[in-house]
Amino acid sequence: MSKKVIIIGGGVAGMQAAVTLEELGIRSVIIEKEDGLGGKLRRWDRLFPTMTPAEEVLDELKDRVQRSGVEVMTSCEVSEIGCEGRMVTLKDGSSLESDAVVVASGFDLFPAELKEEYGYKIYDNVFTTVDLERMFRNGGVRTVDGRIPKTVAFLHCVGSRDEKVNQRHCSRVCCITGVKQAIEIKQEHPDTEVYSFYMDMRMFGPGYEELYRQAQQEFNIHFVRGRISEASQTIDHRIQIKAEDTLIGLPLKMTVDMLVLIVGMKAGESNLRWSRCQGVDLYPSSFVKPKNLFLGGVESDSKHIFYAGTVTAPKNIGESIDEGIAAAHRVAQRLKEE
Amino acid sequence: MKIAWKEYQKDIADDNYFYARSCIRQNFFPGSEAAFLNILRQDLGRDVYEDPRHTSCTGIGYHSDIVPLETIMTVVARQFSLMTEAGYENFVPSCITSFGIYSEALELWHDFPELEEKAHEYLYKATGREFKKPKNLAHTSDVIYHHREEIAAKAKRKLVNVETGRPLRGVEHIGCHYAKIFPKAGVGGSEFPYVLAGMIEAWGGEVVDYPERRHCCGFGFRNYLVMANRGYSIANSKQKFESMAPYKPDFIVANCPGCAMFLDKWQYAISEMEGTFYGPDRQGIPVLTYEELAGLVLGYDPWDLGMQMHQVAVEPLLDKLGVEYDPSAKYLGKDGKFIGKPEECAIGSYTKNIL
Repeated sequence: MSKKVIIIGGGVAGMQAAVTLEELGIRSVIIEKEDGLGGKLRRWDRLFPTMTPAEEVLDELKDRVQRSGVEVMTSCEVSEIGCEGRMVTLKDGSSLESDAVVVASGFDLFPAELKEEYGYKIYDNVFTTVDLERMFRNGGVRTVDGRIPKTVAFLHCVGSRDEKVNQRHCSRVCCITGVKQAIEIKQEHPDTEVYSFYMDMRMFGPGYEELYRQAQQEFNIHFVRGRISEASQTIDHRIQIKAEDTLIGLPLKMTVDMLVLIVGMKAGESNLRWSRCQGVDLYPSSFVKPKNLFLGGVESDSKHIFYAGTVTAPKNIGESIDEGIAAAHRVAQRLKEE
Repeated sequence: MKIAWKEYQKDIADDNYFYARSCIRQNFFPGSEAAFLNILRQDLGRDVYEDPRHTSCTGIGYHSDIVPLETIMTVVARQFSLMTEAGYENFVPSCITSFGIYSEALELWHDFPELEEKAHEYLYKATGREFKKPKNLAHTSDVIYHHREEIAAKAKRKLVNVETGRPLRGVEHIGCHYAKIFPKAGVGGSEFPYVLAGMIEAWGGEVVDYPERRHCCGFGFRNYLVMANRGYSIANSKQKFESMAPYKPDFIVANCPGCAMFLDKWQYAISEMEGTFYGPDRQGIPVLTYEELAGLVLGYDPWDLGMQMHQVAVEPLLDKLGVEYDPSAKYLGKDGKFIGKPEECAIGSYTKNIL
């Protein structure tokens, strides 16, 4: 009788894990709570650092899923993992048996409205990086009243490295996302002045530092080392921001047409549910803690529960897909051992 | 403002308050404290107790680095002991600085119980007194906010321009020590405070959200108390006035004794120094305390509320509200005697254009 593995989450990591399992001769079922596969990637326009259209990656992964015959259950949510990965319970109360579970339930976006000093969902022209991707997909960046912005400010680390909102971790990919989006705005509107407020720029991936340099040298994006302390709406619905330029040691006040909050990755809300299962532990950040950071990054303390993607920590698309492959191989090995 | 403030609510006692006055207000806005007591006791039928033995909280000295922590903790402990002795549990200070001081003492004692023990010890050694911490600490504006709907129900007038029928536009200024030190202690938190905005809205007015809304009025203790820094103080107020002026506010309502004083008096200074007026027709923007605002809504006489003490003439606002007042009684005391009159100046003088 063939083994069956349940993949919780149909984002990039979950899709790749399922495809790899099928390649290894193990039946897999993806359970996705949204109405389609793709996770957060569905909302993205282009990917750093190559500006590859997100659809290109997503369509390829979906093709792989389709070709491999993976069973996909969409609009279906897992409420609990039971019996140390031998069963999952769905939100509708039904349960599914499995030989192992790969938890690839991803992350949540930090809700920018929690940092109320920046006025998200209060002031018209305060947006997040997610809103900006939607604009890129839907024809271009415009203010609420349809104008091309003459000045745009980006603010890094909204909901990352911030003890006040209990998000002490670095979300890693937001720095490069901000750089990518700043460049995209300059490509779309060369006359627009773009300012980027940061505390550190963490360019960890291949081609990231080069893109950051390009943003400064080629696109003349102004990077200001300092956090924005508050944003307020002016009488003409622009955004007044106050910050400190820590390199010159002076306070700064300016008015921009748009403020873009570069939101971080927050541990998935579902992680708390997974942690009820024996063998699943969480970091204080609520990301899931793998068995071993060096030798068991996709494994849990339970024999039949595995992890892939951003359920354990913020990661980029490539890393998440690679973890899908790694998790599938670990599952296959474990099932072979039994 | 539409969303965020709702997350930050605080418990405000409904009755039986122990009242602690403000040093600044007793001197500059004495009518406001009287109005608070009258509104609470007579209009709302609540019990407010005050003890003449209570003292300054010494907050100004504390923030100016001349009163040490141990001393101010003992002063706070003594105020609480008066409340305990009187059998009250709800402490209501009439000053933002005091409110910040009491909040700070309670927070310190919560985090460092050994400091609370010290406060008990110091107080006992110095006065033989003992105290209990209040069950509820609310600023006087919190209490007015808590009763805002009841006040609205008893209102004689709304915050509406009687000539145009439009809601009056109010700038609210909550003051740094109300919620910037302990955001959880303020209605609406520190970013979108709602304590004064809630009153304006409940009484029919419209709140102006302007870019420098959260900015300090410029008092800032050391900014003003050190004479060399006073330019910095007025510069902060000016920054606020210039930011709010395009919205054409009809009034400013301030939460803090210092803010009410400086937003009022610096308008005079700016008008005299450079001929700048932030209201129409060489007038300023009237600056009110929340008790004055509540009093006007409830139909109190503006001179009973002490509004003749203002540097910026309040008559333009009274006319918009349709308040009947006797200009000749402005500088007469309750006994009908002349109380003195400031020298004529553009921003402090106003004659209704009867044409």
